Amino acid sequence: MKKKTRNPIVLLVDDYPDAREMYAEYLEFSGYEIVQAGNGVEAIERAIDSHPDVILMDLSLPVMDGWEATRRLKADDRTKHIPVLAVTGHALTGVSNDAKAAGCDGFITKPCLPEDLVGEIKKALARVESADTKNRRSGHAKVKA
Amino acid sequence: MRHYAPNSRRRAVALRDVAKAAAMARGNRRFSPWVESTPIETAKLELLEGFLNRSELADCTDYALQWLAEYGGVQQSLCLARREGETTLTTVGSYGFRQASLSNFAVSVEDWRNPLVQILANRRHTFFPAVSSSTPERRRRPSTPFQSTAFHVLPLRTGSDEGVGLLVWGGTRRVTPEIEWFGLSLAMKLAQMLRRLALSEGDRKQEYERSLLRAIVNAVTDPILLTDPEGRLLIANARARTLFVASEEESEGRRGAVAMNNMLLSSALSSKAIEETGAMRRELLLVNPVDGSDLLFELLSTVTEDARYGTGIVSILRNVGDLRRATEQIEENYRKMRLAEMQARAERDRLNLIIDSVADPIIVTDASGSTSLMNDPAERLFATRGGAAPTEQRRVQANDAHFSSFISGMLLSDDQRRVGEVNLTDPANGEAMPFEAIAGKMLTEQGELTAVVSILHDRREALERATLYEQLKQASDELERKVHAATADIAQQNELLRRQAFELEQASALKSQFLANMSHEFRTPLNAILGYTSMLQQGVAGPIDAPIKRHLARVASNGQHLLSIINEILDISRIEAGRMPLQLSKFKVPDLVGEVIAELDSIIRRSKLEIVTDVPKDLRIIHSDRQKVKQILLNLLSNAIKFTPQGSVTIAARAQRGPKCVSISVTDTGIGIASEDHQRIFEDFKQLDNSPTRAYGGTGLGLSICRRLADIIGGEITVRSQPGKGSTFTLTLSHNR
Repeated sequence: MKKKTRNPIVLLVDDYPDAREMYAEYLEFSGYEIVQAGNGVEAIERAIDSHPDVILMDLSLPVMDGWEATRRLKADDRTKHIPVLAVTGHALTGVSNDAKAAGCDGFITKPCLPEDLVGEIKKALARVESADTKNRRSGHAKVKA
Repeated sequence: MRHYAPNSRRRAVALRDVAKAAAMARGNRRFSPWVESTPIETAKLELLEGFLNRSELADCTDYALQWLAEYGGVQQSLCLARREGETTLTTVGSYGFRQASLSNFAVSVEDWRNPLVQILANRRHTFFPAVSSSTPERRRRPSTPFQSTAFHVLPLRTGSDEGVGLLVWGGTRRVTPEIEWFGLSLAMKLAQMLRRLALSEGDRKQEYERSLLRAIVNAVTDPILLTDPEGRLLIANARARTLFVASEEESEGRRGAVAMNNMLLSSALSSKAIEETGAMRRELLLVNPVDGSDLLFELLSTVTEDARYGTGIVSILRNVGDLRRATEQIEENYRKMRLAEMQARAERDRLNLIIDSVADPIIVTDASGSTSLMNDPAERLFATRGGAAPTEQRRVQANDAHFSSFISGMLLSDDQRRVGEVNLTDPANGEAMPFEAIAGKMLTEQGELTAVVSILHDRREALERATLYEQLKQASDELERKVHAATADIAQQNELLRRQAFELEQASALKSQFLANMSHEFRTPLNAILGYTSMLQQGVAGPIDAPIKRHLARVASNGQHLLSIINEILDISRIEAGRMPLQLSKFKVPDLVGEVIAELDSIIRRSKLEIVTDVPKDLRIIHSDRQKVKQILLNLLSNAIKFTPQGSVTIAARAQRGPKCVSISVTDTGIGIASEDHQRIFEDFKQLDNSPTRAYGGTGLGLSICRRLADIIGGEITVRSQPGKGSTFTLTLSHNR
């Protein structure tokens, strides 16, 4: 088991400051380190330079929308391992499918209470952890072999 | 006819006689008076040779008398002879006379007083001395070309028979033996020639008669035969020869047939009947040598007795086979003719009926152009009735002229058929009658024109029909134009509708887009409201007092209510926009019920109600839209919980009697619904208590959405409820294919 040496870093991408800051405040309160971005381009920059553990991605964004940003992050070797959770006010079925097609690992519909969001982040991080453990084990197995 | 006794033999015998006489003259002295005188002997030989070379009577006699003048010194002589069958002695030769003085000298042998006739009869030489014209001697002198001079008359005889003529010569010299020899020789020659003359004349006559007979007999088509009593053929006509005579060149078959016929004939003739009666009549079957067929004849035979040729049998064969056949044929022909006549008559009657019953005028014209037959309709046009008005007659004449010009054109041309227009007038009322005339030539087998048959067809009807057709066509065109216009109209309207549909679609799309945007725009601020409220309640910004906490709870619950209203409006809009398509899958009802209960776990726990599930584990798997069924059940269950203050909520699933049907019911022990309100609860925004201070939250859209969803999946929602006694909502699902 990998020991946590630091708090998980969450990249919050949202063009609506009230929502972004609310979540930021609550997540910091909940013990996460927060990096913020207001559009898709910034999101990619922050994802590259801040090494977040998870990205919360709003989809309707100026400059570059969330779908495109996610596609690029998932196409980039430096960022493709980071789980991306879409957090959007779009409630239609088609939207969640599009998000999954773009590479999102989870889909959260707004309004989403801050405590529920924390729950989702925890689940996502847990999935990554278990996947990492698996990878490591198989890696050890390879070394041994 | 055939000759079986050739004539030439007799001629040969006659020649032989002359040669014998010549030989006698040369060698046998008994007949020669001038034995010692060699020059006389030579002269005699000359005479006889002269006779041998001459066969004409006159020529021969003239020669003889010339010889007599030369060797006997007789200056004037003549020879009279009596031809066979004649009663006169005529001059056959003369010497020393002028031809004219002798031309008519002839003596009738019946004139017995004539001394010349007496001399011929008593066969004695007589001398008449010269007389003067006055002497009574004259009476006993015959009248001769010698007139009153002296002359000798020597009867010319060859033997005991009657004299053939008289030799008369002038002079007073005594008769010498030479003259006697001469007379005998001349008599012999003369007799020979006269006989030959008589014979040849008879022969010619006989030959003529015979050839005539032959021609007649040959002309008879029936075979005619003359046979001897043994049946041997003596004479046969041409027809008979084809049956009974065959030459060597002819084929064996034919010769065999001929032999057979001869055999049959002789056996028929040798029958006793003919011997007894001298005649016979019987049938005789012969073979036709030409083709071997049987020929049946009637044989008529008669015995002929002939003194010279003996008994013969004349037979005539009549072809009774032919006769019988001919009779039958004639009868048959007569019968056929009668039949044909009857048929022809019936045919003609029928034809007349037909022709008259044809409404179109029919005219038959002969090769010269004159009318030979008309039917009734034609007569109305071309024939004047008795007592017709002059105008009517004129019209008929005009019609006739029109038709005649058409027919003459037809007759002059080589066309076999001609179609033309003939404009006639109705004789009765003067109405114009345009006709189409169709004429056809009737030809014999040899291609000779016998008649022209013309049929006139009234064109008025056709013209009328053409007019009608034109009108009809116009009407039809009009209709077509209208249809075109209508079609164009429809097309335009279709286009309009299509455009409208497109616009509607666009509007719908815009609406959907608008809804999506609206939903997004509602959610975004609501997110902040609910989020901050929650954070305040949790004391993220520091501890808060109890009254503020209560107020924050109100904010949170109203925010949640607003959110659910937004969600349900969105659902209804999506259903109505057709953006909730049927998504079928197979699923197990118990699993689904478990999921629904789990999802509502927090509400259930808060409500403190007893939730009972009555779902058989082995319930059939159904095929439907899982998401929509789930949404319906969530709604029904949350409603039940909401409207049940205490007691229990039961979810039960049952396989229905109908095939592949499952019902899922949610039964509560809640407040219940009055029966008059059972339908209203499914309407939009209907909660029974509409007062602003109503006891139960909710948008009033839940059941409306449920019913819409049930419609989409082909299901049905029913309610059973009484106020105060709880409610049962049942969803019946049919198994979607």
